Amino acid sequence: MKINYQWLKSWVDTDLDAESVAERLTLAGLEVDECRAVAPALDGVVVGSIVDVQPHPDADRLRVCRVEGDVQERTIVCGAPNARAGLKAPLATLGSVLPGGLKIKPARLRGVASEGMLCSAPELGLGENGSGLMELPDDAPVGERLTSYLMLDDHVLDIDLTPNRADCLSVRGLARELSALTGVPVSGPAFAPVQADVDVAIEIELQAPSDCPRYLGRVIRGVDVKAPTPLWMVEALRRCGIRSLGPVVDVTNYVLLELGQPMHAFDRDKLSGGIRVRRARAGERMVLLDEREVELDPDMLLICDQSRALAIGGVMGGLESAVSDETTDIFLESAWFNPASIIGRARRLGLATESAHRFERGVDPELQRLALERATELVLAIAGGSPGQVLEALNEAYMPTTPEVRLRPERVNRLLGTELSTGAIVASLTRLGMRVIEKDEEFRVTPPSARRDIEIEVDLIEEVARLQGYDQLPSRRPGGRLKLAPIPEAEVPQRRLRRQLAARGFQEIITWSFVAEQELASLGLHEGAQRLANPLNRDMAVLRTSLLPGVLKTASANFRRQHDNFRLFEIGTCFINNPAGFSEPHRLALFMTGRVSGEHALGAGRAIDFFDVKGEVEQLLALNGVGGQLRLERSEQSWLHPGQGADLYLDDQLMGSLGQVHPALARAMDWAGTGFVAELDVDGIRKAQLPVHQRSSRYPSVRRDIAVVVPDQVPASALMAGIRRAGGKLVEKCVIFDEYRGEGIETGHKSLAMGLILRDVSRTLRDDEVEAVIGRIVDGLTRDFGAKLRG
Amino acid sequence: MSSPSPEDLLSQAQELVAEAGDARALDEVRVRYLGKKGALTGLLKQLGQLPPDERREAGQAVNRCKQMLEADISARQMALSEQQLNARLAAEQLDISLPGRMHEPGGQHPVSRALDRILDIFSQLGFSVATGPEVEDDEHNFGALNFPEHHPARAMHDTFYLPDGRLLRTHTSPVQIRVMKQSQPPVRIVAPGRVFRADSDQTHTPQFHQVEGLLVDSDVTFADLKGLLSDFVNAFFEDELDVRLRPSYFPFTEPSAEVDVRWTEPDGSAGRWLEVLGCGMVHPNVLDNCGIDSERYTGYAFGLGVERFAMLRYRVDDLRLFFENDLGFLRQFR
Repeated sequence: MKINYQWLKSWVDTDLDAESVAERLTLAGLEVDECRAVAPALDGVVVGSIVDVQPHPDADRLRVCRVEGDVQERTIVCGAPNARAGLKAPLATLGSVLPGGLKIKPARLRGVASEGMLCSAPELGLGENGSGLMELPDDAPVGERLTSYLMLDDHVLDIDLTPNRADCLSVRGLARELSALTGVPVSGPAFAPVQADVDVAIEIELQAPSDCPRYLGRVIRGVDVKAPTPLWMVEALRRCGIRSLGPVVDVTNYVLLELGQPMHAFDRDKLSGGIRVRRARAGERMVLLDEREVELDPDMLLICDQSRALAIGGVMGGLESAVSDETTDIFLESAWFNPASIIGRARRLGLATESAHRFERGVDPELQRLALERATELVLAIAGGSPGQVLEALNEAYMPTTPEVRLRPERVNRLLGTELSTGAIVASLTRLGMRVIEKDEEFRVTPPSARRDIEIEVDLIEEVARLQGYDQLPSRRPGGRLKLAPIPEAEVPQRRLRRQLAARGFQEIITWSFVAEQELASLGLHEGAQRLANPLNRDMAVLRTSLLPGVLKTASANFRRQHDNFRLFEIGTCFINNPAGFSEPHRLALFMTGRVSGEHALGAGRAIDFFDVKGEVEQLLALNGVGGQLRLERSEQSWLHPGQGADLYLDDQLMGSLGQVHPALARAMDWAGTGFVAELDVDGIRKAQLPVHQRSSRYPSVRRDIAVVVPDQVPASALMAGIRRAGGKLVEKCVIFDEYRGEGIETGHKSLAMGLILRDVSRTLRDDEVEAVIGRIVDGLTRDFGAKLRG
Repeated sequence: MSSPSPEDLLSQAQELVAEAGDARALDEVRVRYLGKKGALTGLLKQLGQLPPDERREAGQAVNRCKQMLEADISARQMALSEQQLNARLAAEQLDISLPGRMHEPGGQHPVSRALDRILDIFSQLGFSVATGPEVEDDEHNFGALNFPEHHPARAMHDTFYLPDGRLLRTHTSPVQIRVMKQSQPPVRIVAPGRVFRADSDQTHTPQFHQVEGLLVDSDVTFADLKGLLSDFVNAFFEDELDVRLRPSYFPFTEPSAEVDVRWTEPDGSAGRWLEVLGCGMVHPNVLDNCGIDSERYTGYAFGLGVERFAMLRYRVDDLRLFFENDLGFLRQFR
């Protein structure tokens, strides 16, 4: 909320300047976002009075004025059309500097000496309306500094109040707080009840007493709604961000800012019968002050007369019953609404009003009469009229109670780590206007009625801490009884995956958790995509089911930035909502494009291919010692090249897919290169096995190379498995070192050359044993795959 | 005709050895003089024709010459192979100033780098890492954290909702609830993770990362919180910064505070207070909601924005850069 320093100072006569007040409030938890001067420095600008005006001898548009206000009467040449004898206007005396940087010096204008300048409002930085001189009231004291006459030595504090401090949404509340912080007493204006001149009774019926247990009203007859609001009030409102809208509304707004009580003024003649406070009926409609017709919900509170709704209680008045230029009699409302009955309603109607803002957070339930009297006094002073008596409807049973809160001094010290005396604790609370009673070594504390946030002991402890000042509280180095926590070793930490990938040339990226549904659909990954109820925009409407859209988009963006050799990775959460339930798998995605090594004088590395991305995946799996049976199958993912895509299974669990990005996709994304990707379940591949030592053989190994011809569709991995099956424990390792198709090989077949490394743990293998194993292996391959040994 | 003397043959051969320019020429000399049909070998075969009393001396002379020739040949061989090696090494000389053969180095994202650093610092004090889901229910994100229903404090969090009423967590604080519901004090955790707010402008992104800290024990005070956070800030920035706590409001802590550090820009311009953390003593309602006796135990909690710390640490001046994933940006943080 915005409040100006001078208004606050009129309630607490502090010696602190605006900046210091801002600092003090901030350190007490009332964060001042900005402290801004209301006007530029206008040194040397005074109230001037034009005593005589003569035409300029040599210029039609200029006039020669005699002006009082400076140390002596001056001659000033002026071009403003409204310059006339008797006018009071700002006078910039010689030597003064205007906000635009213009320095006022003696000058000659068309041969006539001019000693100063009469100013318009824009020239002084005081507004946009620039048609001529700024006209000051006739009673403005000639020669007085303009800033002091217009009370421009002021600052506006913009305070970002936390929702618990509703009590500070007024000058009075802030004044109490500042007084507690500085020890300077509150000395606001004195309020006295205004006696009724006329007897006007209006029946008030509280039909929803839990929403509105207290409603006060008063009629004022014969109000002059065209009376001008005095400058001081217009200025106070303006500085706090509220426009002047006529004396009655201005007064209610002024009281809102001054005391924190939202009020409303109705045109008395538009009311038919008494006031009813009730809930809206389903489908009920009304036109609000902002001229919008809204449909009301049954949980909204209405102020009604005999026939219709007049206002949404605590939120906004209606257009029909509003004070207008024809109004003569007004009905002022000052009520207490239960926050629970106001919260969220304004927002639902697309409104944010000062009134709802305060009622939602809690208004002082004992403020209504005072506010009504204050408003009456101000209306009478500005617009005249005859007040009726104060009318009050009250249902005591629904009024909030002010709690009596228990406070144990040792609890204060235990929580804060302090050694405060009970005297110091009581003093802090007392300064905040709390009533403190000692009882059995404890205190019973009653907060002021405005402090709706004080309910339990810890609320009081925080107040004590605030009043002491957080910077005054002790600080202690970390300590405590620590327990060593076991670190699971059969699990590859995510950090290790990150480090390995970074070391292997992958750059980590972080993409959005939200994607466009279309992005997922274009990759065939939209199944199980969870929509948001309130997305920021269509491109961020669903939660990602995969890291791929983000990774591919990032790749596209970097291709566009002329990168052609890069590797990316992301580790993050995906969201799957399918009939089996909702899950948040953690995934890892890789992307590679370009060459295995960069350009070089001695020749660039070869282009990256499928086996590079597969190799990276295998390198990751190697971190966990491949804690399971690994299997790759040809993938049918639509985002993969149909011939260069694989699904990866670990112990028959699908762990993810990898391969070349489908060339059609790459073309659609306008890529300058070929991309290879992998997406894996990160939790799945992190499972590891603790190494268990096995004695290694001290005997030599024997290598035998064989080449077999098999039908094309037999995967190499199946042959390898067959070799292990047939060869048993003696096969230590098996490598494929050549794949060949073409001359000498039957069409539809391929030749695979393999090296078999055999070793026994306990002795050197004899030639005949080796031949026997190789024979078994070849027989097995022939039987299982129709393999023929190549000559 | 009479046979040449072994000495003559030796000196002939030695000349040829000296002239031999490569291994083949040298081998030819060896064959010609020492081979089965070689000249010196031939002399040995002719010994039989000599008178018996001359054979011994003549045989010794031939063998002496053979040995000398063999020694010369092997010396020449070594010299030749050294020459050859030197020639090859000379030919293999590289311009060692050419760059090494490598691919672009990879690296961690600055946010993940800062996050690791934060977790490393807290792990020194025995804080273990806890995590929780990113899609949460209202109870964990708000209710159990003492946000009353419809309270304006909820409006401070611009929440993303799912159609079924669940939400994307707006802070990592729900992890507090999950941990405390499962364990009794002492609790000492940090909970890193992604959080979401429906807000997007120059200084807000709809997703960002937080680290939540929670310590509950029988003797935890606000003084401990002050000490911890001030040490943490100094440890993270490797600097002795002024740190101040300022009262604030969070429904789940009381007393609550914002932590400011006095930050001096690299140009040395006057330090200003920057808000870097929110914290406070765990609200008794929160402890009670989790089945922890709030009379017996006290605790503190804090939450920090990882992007905020990364921006300050690495002098990144625009939050949005973190999610643009431009390699030109990311490669600066390897």
